[in-house]
Order: sequence, then C-alpha cells, then structure tokens
Amino acid sequence: MKTFLLLFFGFFCMMACSDANSGDQTYIPIPATLDIPVLFQDRLIDPLIPTNNPLTEEGIALGKKLFFDRRLSGDHSQSCASCHNPRNAFTDNSQFSNGIDGSVGTRNSMPLFNLAWNFSDRFAWDGKELGLEQQALEPVQNPIEMHSNWSDVALKLQQDTDYPTLFLHAFGTSTIDSSLVAKAIAQFERTLISGNSKFDHYLMGSTTLSPQEMDGFDIFTREDKGDCFHCHGGENNPLWTDNGFHNNGLDAVFTDLGLGAVTGDPNDHGKFRTPSLRNLAFTAPYMHDGRFTTLDEVIDFYSEGLQNSPTIDPLMKSIDQGGVQLSSEEKASLKAFLLTLTDHGFVNHPDFQE
Amino acid sequence: MKKFYLIYLFTFAIVFWSCSKDSDITLEPVNISLNFSHTWNGQEVTSSAIDTSRFINENGDDIRITRLRYLISDIVLTHESGVDAMLTGYHLIDIMDDESLSYSTADEIIPGEYTMSIRFGFNNADNQDGIYNDLNTASFDVPAQLGGGYHYMQLDGTYKNSNNDDDPYNYHVIRAFDMTGTNEPQDTSIKISLGSVTVGVNTQVNIQMDLYEWFSNPHLWDLSELNTMLMSNYDAQIKMSQNGASAFSLISITQE
Repeated sequence: MKTFLLLFFGFFCMMACSDANSGDQTYIPIPATLDIPVLFQDRLIDPLIPTNNPLTEEGIALGKKLFFDRRLSGDHSQSCASCHNPRNAFTDNSQFSNGIDGSVGTRNSMPLFNLAWNFSDRFAWDGKELGLEQQALEPVQNPIEMHSNWSDVALKLQQDTDYPTLFLHAFGTSTIDSSLVAKAIAQFERTLISGNSKFDHYLMGSTTLSPQEMDGFDIFTREDKGDCFHCHGGENNPLWTDNGFHNNGLDAVFTDLGLGAVTGDPNDHGKFRTPSLRNLAFTAPYMHDGRFTTLDEVIDFYSEGLQNSPTIDPLMKSIDQGGVQLSSEEKASLKAFLLTLTDHGFVNHPDFQE
Repeated sequence: MKKFYLIYLFTFAIVFWSCSKDSDITLEPVNISLNFSHTWNGQEVTSSAIDTSRFINENGDDIRITRLRYLISDIVLTHESGVDAMLTGYHLIDIMDDESLSYSTADEIIPGEYTMSIRFGFNNADNQDGIYNDLNTASFDVPAQLGGGYHYMQLDGTYKNSNNDDDPYNYHVIRAFDMTGTNEPQDTSIKISLGSVTVGVNTQVNIQMDLYEWFSNPHLWDLSELNTMLMSNYDAQIKMSQNGASAFSLISITQE
C-alpha cells in the first residue's frame, strides 16, 4: 500500500510538473494566409498548400530565419540566400553558383517565386525534387553546395538559444530535425509571390503599355512570330510558365539529360522545367545552365539558334528554319514586352529581405 | 449558368417523380462517370504510346504523338419523356494523366433511360475568355489575338517529311477565328451524340476517341501542307471540326 501511495504521489508530481512545463507545448501557432494578388485570384486556381504543412505566422518567420542562416552550411559561410538572393528574384548572377568549397555545379540557380502554383509539385530544373519540402532538404547536404549534413545542422540549431523555442511555437516541439527545418523553409518560400509588374497593372487597367511593348506582346502571342504562350502562359496565366518540362532546342547533343536523368526515359532527355518570364531583369544569366548572359542572347536563340534533336518539343515549330526568324525591330519589341513583367516591389519587399 | 442548369434538374426531377409509377426503380439521384479511351484506327493508344509508338494516317504520313489534351463539356441527357437534363461542368483530358481519363459529373440525375450527348470543346456561350481558372492554370487558354476562349484540343507530335526527317505538327483545335476579320468567328465545337444510355447506380459511360479520324474523314489531312500554325488558320479549323465529328463513339455502358 505504501509503495502504491508513493507511486501514485510520484505520478501526480510528474503530471503536475509536466503541466507546468507544457504551457509552450500547447502553444497554437497562428494560421497564416498568402497575400495573393487580385489577378491570381481572378485567373488561377488556389495555390497548393500541403495539409501536413499548413502556413502559420510562426512557421513562416522561422523559415525566413533559416533561409538566411549561414549555419545551414558546413563552414557557416553560405545560406540559402547566398544562391537565392532576394534582390535577384531569389537567384544569383552567376552562371553556376559556388559551393562552400569553391566547387561549382552544372546548373544555374533557379529563381524562387510563385512556387505554390507549381501543381506538378516537381521542383528544380530537372524535376528531381517532389515537393517544396523535399527540395529544401537537398542543397544542405549537397557536397558542391552547402556541404553539410542534416544531423550536424540539427545539432547546431538545437544548441542555439532561440531556435528550440521558435520550433516549439511553429511545430509544437523543440526537438529540431531536418524535416521541420524543410517545412519551415518551404512555408517561407510559399510566401514569395510576384504579381505586381507593369503588365499586371496593364491587365488590371491601371496603366498602359507603350506601342513597342504592345508590339512585343503581339509577337509573344502570334503563332507566326514568337508563339511563346504555349509554354510560358499569357494574360490568363499570370505565372508566365506552364511549369512543364520541354526540350526547347538548346542542344543537338545533350551533355545534361535534365528530366531524362530523373525518369530514366530517353524521351525525356534534354527536357527542363519552363522558367517563369517574370523578373527577367534580375535573373540573368538564363537557361538551366546559364549559357546566355543577356536577354538579347535568349531572343536571338529562339529567333535563329535552335538545335534539332530527337526529343525537341513539337511546339518549337520553326526548327527547320533554326527559329522564328524575328527582325531586329521585333526582337527589341519582344524584349520591351518581357521587361514589363519586372516586379520591383517583389525584389525590394521588406518581408523578403534578411 | 449553374443556377439555370439546376432549375432544369429540379424541374426534371419533379416531372420524373410525378410520372414514375414503378416503385421498384431507385429514384435516388446519382452521378455518372465518363471514361475516355483512345485508339488509332482500332489500335489502342495509351500514355505508353506517347513519344514511342508510330502511326500511319490515311494520307500515309508516319507520325508520332507527343501531347494530347482535349476538353469535354455540355453533357446533356434527354429522358424518354423528352425532358433535358443539362449537367454542369467541363473536363480536361490529358492522356498522360490517368486520373483525367475518368470524369464523374458534379450534378446528379434520376436513374432511367436517356439519350446522351457531350460536346468536344466549348460552345460559343461557354467559350468565354479567361473565366475558367483551372484551364488558365493549365495554360489551355487561347490568347485574345487568336480569338480568346480556350483550346478544344492540343495534339502535338512529329511526322516524317519527304526527306524522312521529323517535322513538328501542332493539331490545335479552337474556335475558328479569322485574324483578318473577313469571316465571323465560328463555333467549331462538336456536339457528340452517344445514343441511348441507361442510368443507374454507378453508371460508367465508356467513350472512345479514334485519333485516326482527325486526319481522314471527310478531309484527307496532308501534314506536309497543314502541320503548324493552325490556330490562326480559319479554314483549317473548319476542316478539323468536320473531321472530329466522327472521332468519338460510345463503346459501352457498365453498371457497377
């Protein structure tokens, strides 16, 4: 009986202590919603938010802190933002980004915005990452990027004075692991929405385009000119990408198989994800391997530089002529239109800066 | 528009209910599943054929298919009493997306004997520019410069030219639109009569599209002449619509 009473007393004490410490454990994070541009609301379906990672104010704030934290790299020299700079629409200006050891990759850093509308949920140029949370895991442990490992990163964050509490508030546990880090970063990344360009205002009737910009939009759309809209969307798809995978005729022989290396299907060789045309003013160099330094080079390529190959997309219909054969004036107009998709508010948004 | 359809359904339900004398008939409204399959002149075409199989059209062109997406709308069931039930909704089919090959109607209908029709594409009333957010997101819209609205079908691939090299084709079906303004836009969507359908619990309507028909009947399609830039080709759109009229058929109805 005495033993039983002692056990009961002990259990009662334990419960009481647990209750006393569980104030934070029962903290309920504040649900957050995305600040979706009116044009997106009017023309697109709702963004994709995983049910197992709902947006919360605490999760987003934590994700932002992690995104800019250099301790995620092996030698504390790089953060996600090192290659995904907010001022460059979350890419950088290098053809290939340098890892912490000075290694360089083979792909250009992708810009990050409007990611919650990628309904294929395949991320990276080659679609190898299924889901934004999964994508966030990869660079940390990639030896030519941040070259760390997740157990070390989790330990560093666990020993920090602030992070355990921030994780507790965001996810209900102060035990930090890679999965929760990735979830927080993904939450932050979903808030990176760009939809406030001159062309957006034109579509909403609040500004006008110059005759050259209008000509450029016409060239973008016309089948006998640019015919860009099939892959890059248009006035009704303000993402300016189909988020699909295409071989756009960059090479006759592939040194990088792109999606084909991921799926193992030879019919996918040389296919890469269509990048958005928003914010091109900030995202040079261009293409998956950053081979084009300027937007003029990109337009020249589509005009007369296409290379045929077995998997080239049939939408590249002018392959026989090497491209769509635009005049100098048409190229200038197309460029002027493309630059109307520049969103200065996005790259200067205070919520997205370190 | 949805309210209009629902009034139809409600009226139909009242009429049907009041006329029904057979107490054995289940009168609980049900929805209908439409399943889509594809052939090339009798040969089954599935996602595994995309970019791999080759097909010969009636003109003798050796072709490969890279992409096939098309739109179905305007599902109408006419009861033997003559009352129409027009089901709301539309559906985008992508041969690479198995889930898209089946479509369960959002509206329900009283079980019974009907004749059924569906529409390939949108009729002019429904083909309004930019109003369908899911189709916008899927980049299935048509720019205003090309008449606006939506694609009815995107069939892309390559064919062997006279030098036996692959040339692209973009068999894109849209509302016929004359960029010169000479001709009025023409509704080239296709009403497809599927015939009699018995609607019961878990009715599956199995519909087949024979891709071969798009290149053969009544217009023999020569890909060396008509291959790309067809969206802005008014006459080609008229021909496509006429060819598509024989592409669809009801192959079976099952009650699971």
